[in-house]
Amino acid sequence: MKFCNFVKSDAIKVDLIAKDKESVIRELVGSLTASGQLKSDEQENIIQAILKREELGSTGIGRGIAVPHTKHPSVTEPIGTIGISPDGVEFQSLDGEKVQLFFMLISPPDRPGDHLRALENISKQLQDDVFCRFLKQSKTAEDVKQILEEADNNQFVS
Amino acid sequence: MSETKQCATLVINNPQGLHMRPAYLFAEMAAKYASRVEVIKDDIRIDGKSVLSILTLGAAQGTEVALEVTGPDAPDALSALVQLVSAGFPSEKDSESEVGT
Repeated sequence: MKFCNFVKSDAIKVDLIAKDKESVIRELVGSLTASGQLKSDEQENIIQAILKREELGSTGIGRGIAVPHTKHPSVTEPIGTIGISPDGVEFQSLDGEKVQLFFMLISPPDRPGDHLRALENISKQLQDDVFCRFLKQSKTAEDVKQILEEADNNQFVS
Repeated sequence: MSETKQCATLVINNPQGLHMRPAYLFAEMAAKYASRVEVIKDDIRIDGKSVLSILTLGAAQGTEVALEVTGPDAPDALSALVQLVSAGFPSEKDSESEVGT
């Protein structure tokens, strides 16, 4: 599943103000809600679901990257966005490093295949150091969109 | 210490497939052993100790994968990993219905 099929570009945040884990999750879910991707009366419930998932084990997978996610019945297709924190946020990552790059994903519970395909694409692209470095250095949402488009056109991973 | 190689073929049987939580549980278990752990799906061969690499398989329920474990503790490692996958990643089940991982 390509980025353009689930990343909502109106909700991309390249200048996260949050300084801790819960605030980052709140800021990104808030951004998805503000851009009309999530129902506002479900917002708190989705935040709590993502936080609860983090309690099972951090989705900070190392190298300054985290993939906070949940499955939630209020969405009918995978909804994702990207957040960048230039200073990094403490996220209890596997390698103990702060996280600069966040891929948030909210998937419908009854479509596990779609969730897997979105994760598959994210993980494939994240294995490319150039892709990660370009994203972390992005200054505008437009920069991020362009990098995602290039990734969708297989310009990073063969 | 002798290098032994152990192989097994497995079918992913948990309904949600190898999403992030089971990928993490698999990599965590693999990392407990000195042996090299590789997972093979079709013509893709990945490092079984890397969560990110496991996720690149996009292995849904019913997917067949091969495990290849090479090293001094290969028999123990293979047995532990086979058990984890065959049991459908038991320690994620309680949480799955409630939160989804």
